[in-house]
Amino acid sequence: MSLLQGAHPQTSQPAKLRAALLAWPEFNKPAVWLVAVILLIMPFIANGFFLIEIFATTLILGTVALSLMFLAGYGGMVSLMQLTVAGFAAYMVAVFGMSANTNISLGWPWWLATPMALILATAFGTLGGALAVRTEGIYTIMITLAIGAAFYYFTNQNWPIFGGHTGINTIATPRFWGIDWRSDIPFYYVTLGVAAFCYFAVQYVSRAPFGLALQGVRDNPRRMAALGFNVNAHRVAAYAFAAFIAALGGILQVWNYRQISPGSVSVGACIDILIIAVVGGITRPIGPFIGAFIFVILRTFALDLLVKFGLDGNRFRLLIGLGFLAIVFWSSDGVIGLWERWRRGAAAVDKRAGGGHGHG
Amino acid sequence: MIRFIERHPAWALILLIAVAVLLWLILAVWPPGLEEAIGRKRVFLNALFNGITLGSLYFLVASGFTLIFGLMRNVNLAHGSLYLFGGYIGYAISAWTGSWILGFIIAFFGVALVGIVLQIAVFRRMEGQDLRQTMVTIGLSIVFADLMLWAFGGDFYQIQTPSWLVGPIELPLVTAIKSSGEAVYLRYPLVRLVILVAAIVIGIAMWLALNRTRVGMMVRAGVDDRDMLAATGVPIQLVFVAVFALGAGLAGIAGVVGGTFQSLSPGEDTRFLLASLVVVIVGGMGSIPGAALGAVIIGLAEQLGSVYIPTYAIVVTFLIMVLVLALRPQGLLARR
Repeated sequence: MSLLQGAHPQTSQPAKLRAALLAWPEFNKPAVWLVAVILLIMPFIANGFFLIEIFATTLILGTVALSLMFLAGYGGMVSLMQLTVAGFAAYMVAVFGMSANTNISLGWPWWLATPMALILATAFGTLGGALAVRTEGIYTIMITLAIGAAFYYFTNQNWPIFGGHTGINTIATPRFWGIDWRSDIPFYYVTLGVAAFCYFAVQYVSRAPFGLALQGVRDNPRRMAALGFNVNAHRVAAYAFAAFIAALGGILQVWNYRQISPGSVSVGACIDILIIAVVGGITRPIGPFIGAFIFVILRTFALDLLVKFGLDGNRFRLLIGLGFLAIVFWSSDGVIGLWERWRRGAAAVDKRAGGGHGHG
Repeated sequence: MIRFIERHPAWALILLIAVAVLLWLILAVWPPGLEEAIGRKRVFLNALFNGITLGSLYFLVASGFTLIFGLMRNVNLAHGSLYLFGGYIGYAISAWTGSWILGFIIAFFGVALVGIVLQIAVFRRMEGQDLRQTMVTIGLSIVFADLMLWAFGGDFYQIQTPSWLVGPIELPLVTAIKSSGEAVYLRYPLVRLVILVAAIVIGIAMWLALNRTRVGMMVRAGVDDRDMLAATGVPIQLVFVAVFALGAGLAGIAGVVGGTFQSLSPGEDTRFLLASLVVVIVGGMGSIPGAALGAVIIGLAEQLGSVYIPTYAIVVTFLIMVLVLALRPQGLLARR
């Protein structure tokens, strides 16, 4: 017995590491490693257009949609203001940092303006969340949509801070260690790093005690309250965490386009984030990225495709709307759900084919 | 009324003082000091009347929204699209036949028909799944918006006001006294007043229909407990279809009204969706009097805000919503 106990620490060191690695389901699937490697060597495969317009944009939209996925999937709160939080962060980068609108921008260096924007946007999202948790269920959508729409109209009519409907242009992007971080390849790695960080943060939180309690709150708030959990505090904390992720996405977005205007925070854009998350699937953190990829591909190539089929190229939103309706009608879990159903179906067919000789 | 005063004496007093101040502001000739402080009385009265008439338009949109939500628990985020669709129908009909009234009638029935089709073909299939229904309405609003953009383009349309309603009339409200001692009266567009009266008539008719008729009784019972109503043998699906048709039709009428005293263009659907959301959040979900109160409050806040604090007007509307959510999350006049 004593021998065994003595031997325990020695053998368990690598075992512990392995167990910790295996606790992340991502690390024991070859497909995941393949995707990771492809994403890492992407700059050597794709040129500037694909790298930024397709992949970096996918990662940015996916990050914002990830924050919605976290709230909706683990917290049961469908918030339509995640893009508004991201847009708020973007505006704050423009207001505190440097831009062409010198009468608005305060001209702080990026390493001061960015954390400031992150803090303010997180506070904004938390306050909005605190407002939204005053009511429950379906009302969340209404209140968060009202917040998002109000912010859009506010940016449109406010000139002193938000620059009215022209917005703020030519926003400075970070430049240090001799690298222009907005040039294609460094920027791609920045977005990849941030997206990966957010992805693993959501994965981690979903299995941490807080995430488990949040899922409990989603499934049965009254029971969790009876068990002594503060239901509203968990919900507001979830909003705060999601707001932080959305703010990161918003900062990347403003660095990408180098301008921000009310059009970027319009109601349509808020709804696009919901579409991305729902189409990808809101039960797993990978869903929003898949959804964002589909969305970006469609947005970029729908015009050419529609014209090729002899249709009006401007009907991109019709296509998006119909696709979204189809997903909502036939798969409550987006593309992931379809994929899983197809695999289960294939497995069932295999089983039947393997074990079903007797049936003829 | 008396019970309210007994229960909340402080609030009753504040309300009474507010009403008295408002009446004085409307009826009295403003002393020069006040005019210097907050501008001319004519501007204030115009903003006030614009606010109330805008509120009547908001009421027409939001009452349908709140009715559908109250009975079917369906947050119809395509309601703004129904509004815009009604407006376009009204424009097409009135431009074609030259009759404003005919535009109203056809817009009501046309949009009500869309509502019936939606309820039967789409929402009945997913009854009780709140979130999924809402997602479907979002998808529908995108599809409708794009179809309407396709059909009508991005131009602004304005519905022609009929000749018998064109022009202002003089109201017996003194805005200023000329140096010669002559009183100047407020002149206000007749069409807006007619629409205000029409909205009040529709509101009262709806209240009567809900509170004094058998169908209204069914609807109210359905708002309280849908399952129990179905269990008593009421053809609940028929009631649902009727209510959805009425709510959609009201949005269609509102579209014609909005097209007459504002304009129709892509994007108006979102604006009126936001307005109905805020109105029912403030007034209380599923309550018709709540929608009326909320609509007047929001209309006034928007118009007075845009006159007195132009770049922050939307913040006032928003702050009202925040205040209501903080103090009375179920809305001002909701029972639950």
